[in-house]
Amino acid sequence: MGNDTKYKARTFRAVGTRPVRPDGIDKVTGRARYGADFSMPGQLVGRVLRSDVPHATIKKIETAKAEALPGVKAVITAKDLPDYTDGDEELYAVLDNCMARKKVLYDGHAVAAVAAVDEKTARAALKLIEVEYKIHKHVTDVDEAFKPSAPVIRKDCFTTGVKPRPKKASNVSACSEFGHGNIKKGFKEADVIIERQFKTGQTHQGYIEPHACVGSISPDGSGDLWVCTQGHFVYRQMCSQLLGMDQSRLRVTSSEIGGGFGGKTHIWIEPVALALSRKANQPVKVVMSREEVFRASGPTSATSIDVKMGVTKDGRITAGEATLRYASGPYPGSWAQLGAMTAFACYDMPNVKTTGYEVLVNRPKTTAYRAPSAPMAAFAVESVIDELAKEISMDAVDLRIKNSAQEGTQSSYGPVYGPIGIGATLEAAREHPHMKAPLGENQGRGMACGFWFNFGGQSCTSLNIAEDGSVTLTVGTIDVGGARASLSLVVAEELGVEYEQVKTVIGDTGTLGFNEMTDGSRGTFASSMSAIVSVRQAIVQLKSRAAQIWDIPVDAVEWKDGHAVATGRGAKNRQPLSVADIAASAAKTGGPLAGHAQIVADGAGVSFATHICDVEVDPDTGRSTILRYTVLQDAGKAVHPTYVEGQFQGGAAQGIGWALNEEYIYGKDGRLQNPGFLDYRIPVCSDLPMIDTQILEIPNPNHPYGVRGVGETSIVPPLAAIANAVSNATGVRMTQVPMSPPRVLEALDEHLAMSRRRKRA
Amino acid sequence: MRRYDTRDIAVQYLAPQTMTEAVQALAESKGRVHVLAGGSDLLARMKGGYLEPDVIVDIKRIKSMSVIKKRAEGFSIGAGVPCIHMGRHSALKKAWPGVVEAAGLIGSDQIQGRCTIVGNLCNASPAADSVPALFAAGAMAVIQGPKGERIINIENVVKGPGKTSLKKGEMVERIQLPVKQARSGDAYLRLTPRTEMDIAIVSASVNLTLDRAGTVTEARVALGAVAPVALLVAKAGKALIGTQLDDEALETMAAACRDACDPIDDKRGTIDYRTRVAGVLATRAAKLAWQRAGGK
Repeated sequence: MGNDTKYKARTFRAVGTRPVRPDGIDKVTGRARYGADFSMPGQLVGRVLRSDVPHATIKKIETAKAEALPGVKAVITAKDLPDYTDGDEELYAVLDNCMARKKVLYDGHAVAAVAAVDEKTARAALKLIEVEYKIHKHVTDVDEAFKPSAPVIRKDCFTTGVKPRPKKASNVSACSEFGHGNIKKGFKEADVIIERQFKTGQTHQGYIEPHACVGSISPDGSGDLWVCTQGHFVYRQMCSQLLGMDQSRLRVTSSEIGGGFGGKTHIWIEPVALALSRKANQPVKVVMSREEVFRASGPTSATSIDVKMGVTKDGRITAGEATLRYASGPYPGSWAQLGAMTAFACYDMPNVKTTGYEVLVNRPKTTAYRAPSAPMAAFAVESVIDELAKEISMDAVDLRIKNSAQEGTQSSYGPVYGPIGIGATLEAAREHPHMKAPLGENQGRGMACGFWFNFGGQSCTSLNIAEDGSVTLTVGTIDVGGARASLSLVVAEELGVEYEQVKTVIGDTGTLGFNEMTDGSRGTFASSMSAIVSVRQAIVQLKSRAAQIWDIPVDAVEWKDGHAVATGRGAKNRQPLSVADIAASAAKTGGPLAGHAQIVADGAGVSFATHICDVEVDPDTGRSTILRYTVLQDAGKAVHPTYVEGQFQGGAAQGIGWALNEEYIYGKDGRLQNPGFLDYRIPVCSDLPMIDTQILEIPNPNHPYGVRGVGETSIVPPLAAIANAVSNATGVRMTQVPMSPPRVLEALDEHLAMSRRRKRA
Repeated sequence: MRRYDTRDIAVQYLAPQTMTEAVQALAESKGRVHVLAGGSDLLARMKGGYLEPDVIVDIKRIKSMSVIKKRAEGFSIGAGVPCIHMGRHSALKKAWPGVVEAAGLIGSDQIQGRCTIVGNLCNASPAADSVPALFAAGAMAVIQGPKGERIINIENVVKGPGKTSLKKGEMVERIQLPVKQARSGDAYLRLTPRTEMDIAIVSASVNLTLDRAGTVTEARVALGAVAPVALLVAKAGKALIGTQLDDEALETMAAACRDACDPIDDKRGTIDYRTRVAGVLATRAAKLAWQRAGGK
C-alpha cells in the first residue's frame, strides 16, 4: 500500500466496467462551458491582426487610427509584450510566435491586436491598422527549404548536431541520429533491399473547438485566465513568464475542451488577451475564427522521408536506415528527432540507423499532434516492410511477427524494452476474422504497426470526503478523453465505494500543485496513479478515525470493501463502519477527511498497435472508400473500455483523414489556400465504416492496476495501413499522403504509362 | 481625421410579406443589397467577414415563394423552399430524380433544412450542385423585377463566378421544371473526396428521352466545376441521340465533355483531373439516366 505503485494482479470490481460518462448530458445539451462560454462583467472583445505575407520585415505599424476609433480600448503590438525571456531561445520563439517582433514568418503570423467594446468595432479597428512590410523570399515546401539554395528564414540558424559546426546559416536547425549495429554489414547480409522516398502533407489536429480564452489583469498585477487548454499549469507557467508575473499571481481555470490532440499544449492567443487586458484595464475575451486556427495554430510537420531496408529470403530483417526531414515552421523544433526515434521502434533491428533533420519553413509553428511525428515515420517504414514481404513472397503479418521487438530487445532509439505488446497485437491480427474476409474487385487489404512512447510525469491530486461520505477527487490534469469517468472508477475501486459516490473535478491552478499537461497519453495513467495514492492516504485517515470511534488500536482496524473492519478481541460486537459512518463523526474525530498526493508517475511504458484496413479504389476517378477497419492495441488495463475503444477509433479516424484527404495547401504566394473545413477535408461520419476494436490487456508493471496510456498510438498505423491497402488494391505503390483522388489517379496513370513503355522495350 | 462610427457597418434587415414589397425593397435599397433565403451561403460569408451587406431582404415570409407546385407547365419550386422539401416531395422525386438528388447533395442534413436551389443558382458558384441538373432538365427561371415578370432559360442566369444577369431590383421567384416526358430520366453525379459536406470537384448531369425501341431521341448533358459557369454541352447530347448508349456513343459523348472543359488548377483539383473525370461522370450519369428512362 502507500506509495508503492508497482502492479499487483487483482480482481476488479469497478475498473473495467462501462458506466455512463459524467460529462455527457451537459455536453449534449449545451450546458457545459467551453472556452468561449466564460464571460466577465465589462469584458471586451479582442481580435488579432495577422500577416497576409509569408516572410517580411515589419518596417512600421501605424495604430493611431485604430486607437482613435470610438469603442476601442486598447491596441497592442510586440512593444506591449516586452521580452522577459532572458536568453531562453525556446521561450523567445513562443513570444515571437504570439506576436511578431521584427519579422513576420508565415501567412497568419500575429502582428497586432485590439480590444474593443464589441465584435464589429474590433473588426473595424483591425482594418485601420497599417503595417508596412519589406518583403523577403519565402519557402513553404520541406524539400525546397532543405536545399542549400533556399531562401534562409533565420540568419542565426546553424545546424546543431553536426560536426564541424556549419559556417553558413541554413534552414536546417538540427540533426539527430539514432541506431546501433553496422548497417553496411546488415545490407550485405540482405537478399532483398528496398529503398523508397516518401512525402506526407501537413495536417492540422482539427479540434472542433477553436482556441478561446478570457484574460483579466487587475491593476494590482494579479490576473486570471479562463481558457480551453490541455494543460492549465503549463499555460500559467508560460503566460506568467511572458508577462513578467510571478506564477502564483496568475490563476488559470480550464474549460471543457472540444478536442486538443496536442494543439492545445501550446499558447497562442492567451498572452495576447492578457496583454490587452493589462493595457485596457478590463477583461478581454479572444476567440479564434476557424481560419485563424488553421493559419496560425498547431499544425503538424510536413515531411519527406527516405527509407532503405534489407531482408533475407527467409524473412529476417538485416538492416534499416531512414533519413527524415520534418518541417517545424519558422522556429527550431525537435519533430524529426521524434520521427527518427520511432521509425523502427516496432522491430528487433540488428543494424539500424536513423537521421532526423529539423527544417524551417514559412508555415505556422509546428505543434504536437497525437503521437507527434510517429505516423509519418511509420508510413514510410511500414510501406517498405509490406514491399519486402511481397518481394520474398512472405505474408506481411508473418514477416512482422518474425521481426517484432520483444521484452529484452534493444529498441532502435536506445533503451531495452520491458514487457511489451507488439507481438501480441500482431498475433491477434493474424487470428482476426478480418484478415480472412474475402475481397472484391478493386479492393485491397493493408496492415501496419505503430509505436508510441507514452509519458507520466508530475501529478498532484486531492481527495476530499464530504460529511455524507460522498467523495470528490480534484485533479490538475485536464480531462480530454474521459479521465473523469476513469478516475472515478479508480477511486471507487481503491476505496471500495460505488462509482456514483465519486465525482472527479478539474481544479484550477490555485488548488493543486503542478500537473503536467494532458499529453503523452498520460492523463489516466498518471492521474490514476496519483488518485490511488490519494485514496490510500485517505484510508489511513479513515482507519484511524474508526479506531478512535471504537477506542481500539489502529492496528486492529482493516479496510475492506469500503468499510473499516475491526479485528481481534471484541471485533464481533463492532459493526463495520462505512465511509459515510466515519464521515458523519469527522468533526469529533479530527476534522475533514482527505487524502492528498503528489507524485512523479514514472514507468508509463511504451505502447503498440496493429491496424487492418480494407479499401476500394475507383480506378476511373482515383477515389478511395474505406470498407472495413480494425484496431488491435495493448491498453495495459482498460479502466473504462468504452473510452478506450473511443480512443482507438478516434485515432484511426484522424489517421484515415490524414491518409486520404487532409493537407495544408499553399499557393505560390506562400499563403494558405484552404483554411476551412470545406477544403481541409476531415472525414465526416459517412466516410468511415464502424471501426472495429480489440483491446489487449498486457499489464504495465509500473502501475498499480497495470494501466498504460492509450490515447495516441492509434493514429500511428493508419497512414501506412491505408497506403498498403490502396497499393494492394491498385498494384501501384503509393508513396505520398494524402492519397487524394487526383493523386491516386495520377499514380495509376504513371504506372500504366510505365508498364506500356516496358512492354514496348 | 475622419471619425469612424460603428454605425457605418450596421445592416438593415427587411422581411417583406409579398412579392411586390420584396421587389420594391430590392429596387429602392441603396448599397450592397442581398436576398436572404436559407442563408447557408450569405450568413457564412458574412460571419467569415467576406461580405458586409448594407441591406438584407429576407424572402422567407412570402408564402407564394415557399411552395412546390405542380402546374400545367410542370413543377414550380419557389425560391424559399428548402432543399429537404424537394427530397420529401414524392411526385417531384419521381419526375426529376436527378434534380432532387443534386439538390439533396448540398451540404448536410442541417444545411438541407435551410438551403434552396434558387440560392444555389444565384450564389453563382461554378461548382453548385443543383445547377448542372437544372441545365440538363431544361429548367426555366421565373424572375420578378420592377418591370414585372420575365422567364429565361436557366443557362442565362449565371454569367460568371459570383455574377448573375439579374438587374437592380430583380430576383428569381421560382424555378420552373418542364413536364416530364414518357420514357425519360435524369441523373446527377459529382466527385467529392468526402461523401457529404463537400463541394464538387467535377459534376455531370444527363437527361435522356427514349423512343419505344429504346433509342435516345433527346439528350441534354451538363457539367459543373469545369468552367467559370456550369456548361450545357450540346455536342455531348448530340452524340447520344439516335443511339442506344453503345460504348462508341458514350465515348464520343465523353470526348465532347472533355473538349468542353475549361477548368482551373486549384486546391480542389487539377485541370487534367477535372477534364478526365468529367468524361467518366458523364458516362456514368448517362447510364443511370438511361436506366431511369426504362432503357434495357
